[in-house]
Amino acid sequence: MTPGNRKLDIEEVNGVTVARFTDKKILDESNIQIIGNQLFSLVDDDHRQKIVLDFTNVEYLSSAALGKLITMDKKVKAAGGKLRLCAIRSDIKEVFKITRLDKLFQIIDSRDKAVEGF
Amino acid sequence: MSTIEDAIREFEVVIPNNTSAGQTVQERIIQLLEELRFEERDVFGIRLALEEALVNAIKHGNQMNPDKTVRISCRAAMERVRIEIEDQGEGFIPADVPDPTADENIERPCGRGIMLMRAFMTSITFNATGNCVILEKQRSEPEPESEPQAESA
Repeated sequence: MTPGNRKLDIEEVNGVTVARFTDKKILDESNIQIIGNQLFSLVDDDHRQKIVLDFTNVEYLSSAALGKLITMDKKVKAAGGKLRLCAIRSDIKEVFKITRLDKLFQIIDSRDKAVEGF
Repeated sequence: MSTIEDAIREFEVVIPNNTSAGQTVQERIIQLLEELRFEERDVFGIRLALEEALVNAIKHGNQMNPDKTVRISCRAAMERVRIEIEDQGEGFIPADVPDPTADENIERPCGRGIMLMRAFMTSITFNATGNCVILEKQRSEPEPESEPQAESA
């Protein structure tokens, strides 16, 4: 994978995988497809079970991106793991609220808290 | 003398049926709104609605067919922006789109675009065929500036 295509920065913190989105905008179908594949690979190829998605850099995200997150959540659950979302700015939190996806996902304000207590 | 308050920016383009052409026109519209000093939260909502409407036109309306095109017209003024997006598809009936927030649909990975457009725009309307959407957004009142902290005695 070329560095330009890397859409997630991965870090291991006390056995928890923290995946931080590198893009400001999670828009555009082809871009979202790449992000989805990189997310799914964490479960399908790397068999990671405790995953935190860090939205610190994300300023925009579309419904197609929400779709990938839903599929990711299903994959993680099917593998017996847990997925948490953190550091989501207020505009984007509103998107989760409007779509009621704030009930489906475990959303935690800070990255440190999200990593704790898995 | 004309001022920014009088400014009306409008354009119409026909783009090829691909999402990168959609991104380019999206950026052009956002730039207009920034020139007109729309509030950040308005720009956020309009960009999101635009993305959803363009993806719907290209993917669902025109079925990703590279021989088809999408027409976009935009009229942006100080108080209001109006964007019309028309594809060459057969259209659809918006009322037939299932409620994505219903318990039985909540885990479906798609079907949230129209809901987000409605939530973030002042109005969205479709033509009778359903192949043209009109997005309108009234400028929000500016966010109140936070009060300066009183100095402690």
